[in-house]
Amino acid sequence: MTELKIIVCAKQIPDPEAPLSDVSVDTVKLEVLVDAPQVISPFDENALEAAVRIKEETEAKITVLSLGRKVSDTVLRKTLAAGADELILLEDEAFEKLDSYSTAAALAAAIRKLDGYDLILTGRQAGDWDSGQVGLILGEMLELPCISLAREIRIEEGSVVVKKSLPDGYERVKARMPALVTVSNEVGELRYISRTKMLKMIQGARSIPSWDAGDLRVPQEFLNKMAIAALSSPPDMGRDCQLMEGSIEEKAEKLAAVFKALR
Amino acid sequence: MNDVLILGKVKEEALDPRTLELLSAGKRLAGGKGGGFSLLLMGDEVSAQADEAASHGPDKVYKLEHSLLRGFKPDLWLAALEQACRQINPRILLMSHDFVGMELGPRLACRLHTRLTTDCIALSIDSESGLLLRTKPVSGGNAISVFKCPGEPQMATVRAKVFDPSEPGAAKGEIVEIRPKIDESMIKVESLEVVREDVVALDKAEVVVAGGAGLGEADGFELLEELAEALRKSFSNVMIGCSRVAVDKGWISSDHQVGLTGTMISPDIYIAVGISGAIQHLVGMTHSKKIIAINTDPACNMFKVADYGIIEDYEEIIPALIEKLEEVS
Ligand SMILES: Cc1cc2nc3c(=O)[nH]c(=O)nc-3n(C[C@H](O)[C@H](O)[C@H](O)COP(=O)(O)OP(=O)(O)OC[C@H]3O[C@@H](n4cnc5c(N)ncnc54)[C@H](O)[C@@H]3O)c2cc1C
Ligand SMILES: Nc1ncnc2c1ncn2[C@@H]1O[C@H](COP(=O)(O)O)[C@@H](O)[C@H]1O
Repeated sequence: MTELKIIVCAKQIPDPEAPLSDVSVDTVKLEVLVDAPQVISPFDENALEAAVRIKEETEAKITVLSLGRKVSDTVLRKTLAAGADELILLEDEAFEKLDSYSTAAALAAAIRKLDGYDLILTGRQAGDWDSGQVGLILGEMLELPCISLAREIRIEEGSVVVKKSLPDGYERVKARMPALVTVSNEVGELRYISRTKMLKMIQGARSIPSWDAGDLRVPQEFLNKMAIAALSSPPDMGRDCQLMEGSIEEKAEKLAAVFKALR
Repeated sequence: MNDVLILGKVKEEALDPRTLELLSAGKRLAGGKGGGFSLLLMGDEVSAQADEAASHGPDKVYKLEHSLLRGFKPDLWLAALEQACRQINPRILLMSHDFVGMELGPRLACRLHTRLTTDCIALSIDSESGLLLRTKPVSGGNAISVFKCPGEPQMATVRAKVFDPSEPGAAKGEIVEIRPKIDESMIKVESLEVVREDVVALDKAEVVVAGGAGLGEADGFELLEELAEALRKSFSNVMIGCSRVAVDKGWISSDHQVGLTGTMISPDIYIAVGISGAIQHLVGMTHSKKIIAINTDPACNMFKVADYGIIEDYEEIIPALIEKLEEVS
């Protein structure tokens, strides 16, 4: 078999695990302000891990696509350090805060520009807007077989075989490639990348291509912003926490008493 | 007049509780606009459930039956649903944010060239534009956003348990049959096997002992199980929960995961062991009646939402706690 071409769609977002105290909401500008470094959205890291595992079994080339108003290549170069072969940034003012349909349209345009593909992997949902749509819409636009919520992905003679999560177990499904698969966290964490490897990739001379809306030839009417009418802070979840004091034994005793009272 | 259409679902031979919640959401939306609401049921045999649904007062219950629709086969269900939508032509289409809605929603929205908002917790109609206002937690739950999108049908998937289930009444809706044109050639993704696993019904738990990355290793869950066992002497339905990181690390299966992309629960007691309290975890458990946090980091988020806290290494405190619980009982 010739080299398998895998595309991984990875979005750059502010760290979704930032402590609550570093997140605020601008109700006028309709923005969530996160005082945290940019990262790759976690499920997209799972998708990349799935791709790298396939590459360990089969001859494969992994291309990472990341779209945004401005994408940091320092953040995204991590994908190269982890085992991706190519990284393409899709950057344009017009790509800011796109809705799911438009994001998928722009990604589809980029994918059509590539030299063919067999498998497209996306995360199940991005950690900034928690939408969970771009992957499946992209699959529909490209008229591909779509498989959602993968927990394991294997390649078998021109087909992709996926264990897809169900509420009470899983389903093993199979589709001819090219196909699109959305990836869930059961696939496993992105492998550990050593500091040296990471630094080498970040400081490396390798230039990362960047395509804009003109390069992709997506018409302006396909680039719609998310239609946000209002944005607010959630209700306060805080409670008064009573901390147990004393030796381990005393703390255990106090906690046991709490259970007794609740029983 | 078909204002609001609800995609219902059958579970264990009856209407899924989620469908009853959608029925009350749909009823309220339609009522506010003086329009009607209808229900669509798909499957190989849904007549009994269609009759059941008729008593919840929809204008119509659309019954879409086909032998190929036995079990959820996304490609066929999508094709049939698309045909039904083109025929019924609803202004608003609601589905549950479950494995069916999460898959069909985005794909159908693309085919119908409209916009979907997922995982909504409130819905209303904008009086000016007549558009659906779709309220949805974003950024894990750090913010609540209201979306107002153009296009028809106005589509949303709805989070479980945010609407009270509808009660059957006297009004009887008309049952209308829809015949889908589907065949096996539409299947692009072939099902090889469905494997049912013993999964924990976390939403039925009274007490949840949950572990996270702080356990450091899979064996940590054995200690949590010992704690659960000790608690079973005083409480019923004590179950093990976990954070996403524990699943990612392969320590425990994902049916135990609590949170945004796991199960959202509100047990009587939630014990968070070695879980930092990221927002995506918190949204799944902060409605618990009592929250107990065990963590080595005094600054962690979990203490901010807990009623009781112990700053201690779990490997030290849990064995001591088990001992005390045995003494008390
Ligand atoms: C879109 C999206 C969806 C997500 N969905 C979910 C979801 O459904 N559920 C979920 O849980 N997460 C979810 N996450 C992930 C979430 O953001 C966090 O990464 C995750 O909850 C962190 O898990 P944790 O608390 O176990 O790990 P960590 O954040 O690493 O916390 C470990 C904690 O253990 C403590 N600790 C360390 N050693 C000990 C010890 N010996 N004894 C006691 N305490 C100790 C540490 O102080 C720390 O607080 C989601 C993320 C995204 C972006
Ligand atoms: N701007 C983007 N760039 C690259 N991939 C994206 C982008 N937005 C969404 N995706 C992919 O689509 C998945 C689902 O995103 P969403 O529908 O926004 O929750 C993500 O996990 C990514 O894999």
